[in-house]
Amino acid sequence: MTPGAFVRRVARPLVWVGAAVPGTWLLLDALTGGLGANPVETVTHRTGLTALTLLALSLSVRPTRDLLRFGALMPLRRTLGLAAYTYAVVHVLTYGVDQTYLSGLGVSPAAIVEDVRERPYVTMGFLAFVLLTPLAVTSTSGWVKRLGATRWRWLHRLVYLAAPLAVVHFLWLVKADLLLPGWFALAVAVLLGYRAVVRRRRTPTASSRLIL
Amino acid sequence: MLIRRPDPIAGGEITDERVYQNRRRFLETMGLATLGLAAPGSLWAGGPPRALQSDELTPLEDVLSYNNFYEFGTGKDDPAKNAHTLRTRPWTVDVEGEVHEPRTFGIEDLWQRFTPEERVYRLRCVEAWSMVIPWLGLPLRDLLSAVRPTSHARYVEFTTLLDPEQMPGQRRGILPWPYVEALRLDEAMHPLTILALGLYGKALPNQNGAPVRLVVPWKYGFKSIKSIVRIRLVREQPTTTWNAAAPREYGLYANVNPMVDHPRWTQARERRIGELRKRPTLMFNGYADQVASLYAGMDLRRNY
Repeated sequence: MTPGAFVRRVARPLVWVGAAVPGTWLLLDALTGGLGANPVETVTHRTGLTALTLLALSLSVRPTRDLLRFGALMPLRRTLGLAAYTYAVVHVLTYGVDQTYLSGLGVSPAAIVEDVRERPYVTMGFLAFVLLTPLAVTSTSGWVKRLGATRWRWLHRLVYLAAPLAVVHFLWLVKADLLLPGWFALAVAVLLGYRAVVRRRRTPTASSRLIL
Repeated sequence: MLIRRPDPIAGGEITDERVYQNRRRFLETMGLATLGLAAPGSLWAGGPPRALQSDELTPLEDVLSYNNFYEFGTGKDDPAKNAHTLRTRPWTVDVEGEVHEPRTFGIEDLWQRFTPEERVYRLRCVEAWSMVIPWLGLPLRDLLSAVRPTSHARYVEFTTLLDPEQMPGQRRGILPWPYVEALRLDEAMHPLTILALGLYGKALPNQNGAPVRLVVPWKYGFKSIKSIVRIRLVREQPTTTWNAAAPREYGLYANVNPMVDHPRWTQARERRIGELRKRPTLMFNGYADQVASLYAGMDLRRNY
């Protein structure tokens, strides 16, 4: 099996299955009453945590490829990114329902707009989500062609903004225990720092050849 | 000398929990039925009368599994998992400072000397969730009167046990340990303020602050300090844990107030544990009639 075929036929399905585990688990908990005393909070926290984890993993594909000198890994980036976005959608929907219908406010975009504007940690999370949306939309090969590789690449660098914003969102929402968001901050800092270092070392032509 | 002897059988041993719950539900239904008869008047006022927003007891299971007790971890389910390491016997509470008769009370003294009574209170956490809990406790004023505060006493400072062996959360400096809370003397002497020794008719479970904790129902939950080993009456306002950690977010007063938001979330609504839809938060957690006079003339926006 060629490396490309291995990634397509083995690695990618495995990643999809792995990414589906937290969601399946959450669904099973929901069906068996296992979400605890505050189910809305549980769903919000668990989907948010999973989204951030998958986002960090998607950022780790390129360093892993460089480390293992295994170029065929790159498609996994899209798989992980889309999985992350899926969890982010559930996360944001849960938040939206909690802020409107469950708050006795009916369908009220105004309530959400106010919350997003007034609460800095919500602002950060919302921005991260907004920035990730075009990346999810343009994740298909068709969109790569339509935009052209260069523009597509530039657009997808938005993730370098979205990931730190998502971490800040997490850091700003906890009350006192910064340990877990701290680990995410470290991970994202290392993953982005790696790119900065590599970029400085490589000649521009060499780096542009390696992206896709 | 009159010595009040406690009933040799604890309430929880007599009444089965289910019967206990059913009796409450029956009383509640009767209460609501009576209200129903009186309803035509209140209907004119528009919106449901406040009393119809029921205050059913929060299921014991939730009271035991959803806790903020950072000495045993910062996750809501951590205290239930980790608090078994707490040893609650023997246990003493030093009552000292600006008092004429400083004393050390053994936990048994508290049970026997003060005959705990049941108080069903709403508990409103600063994180915008709430519960209704049947506590077993003694009015704090009874304990304070027993040690006779001096005329210099203005604040009451409470301290939680400091022992990283028993409280694994204290091995990490998330907060400056030990946990300290404080009340103004008049707040501490208010009849609603209790030292709880139990809940649901039994001694306090470890994750709920065994063997003795404070319960101040009109303030956010973090004021109701758990596993108390020292109560000191003092002249100056003490430094309290959350206030020191984040002064903008957690004031000394921490009175439940739907009009004053936490900087990071609204306090206008709360989720009652067991319900999906949030409900409006009540001023002073619904105890305004009894406690608002303590703060007459104060700017509650500044003194949050």
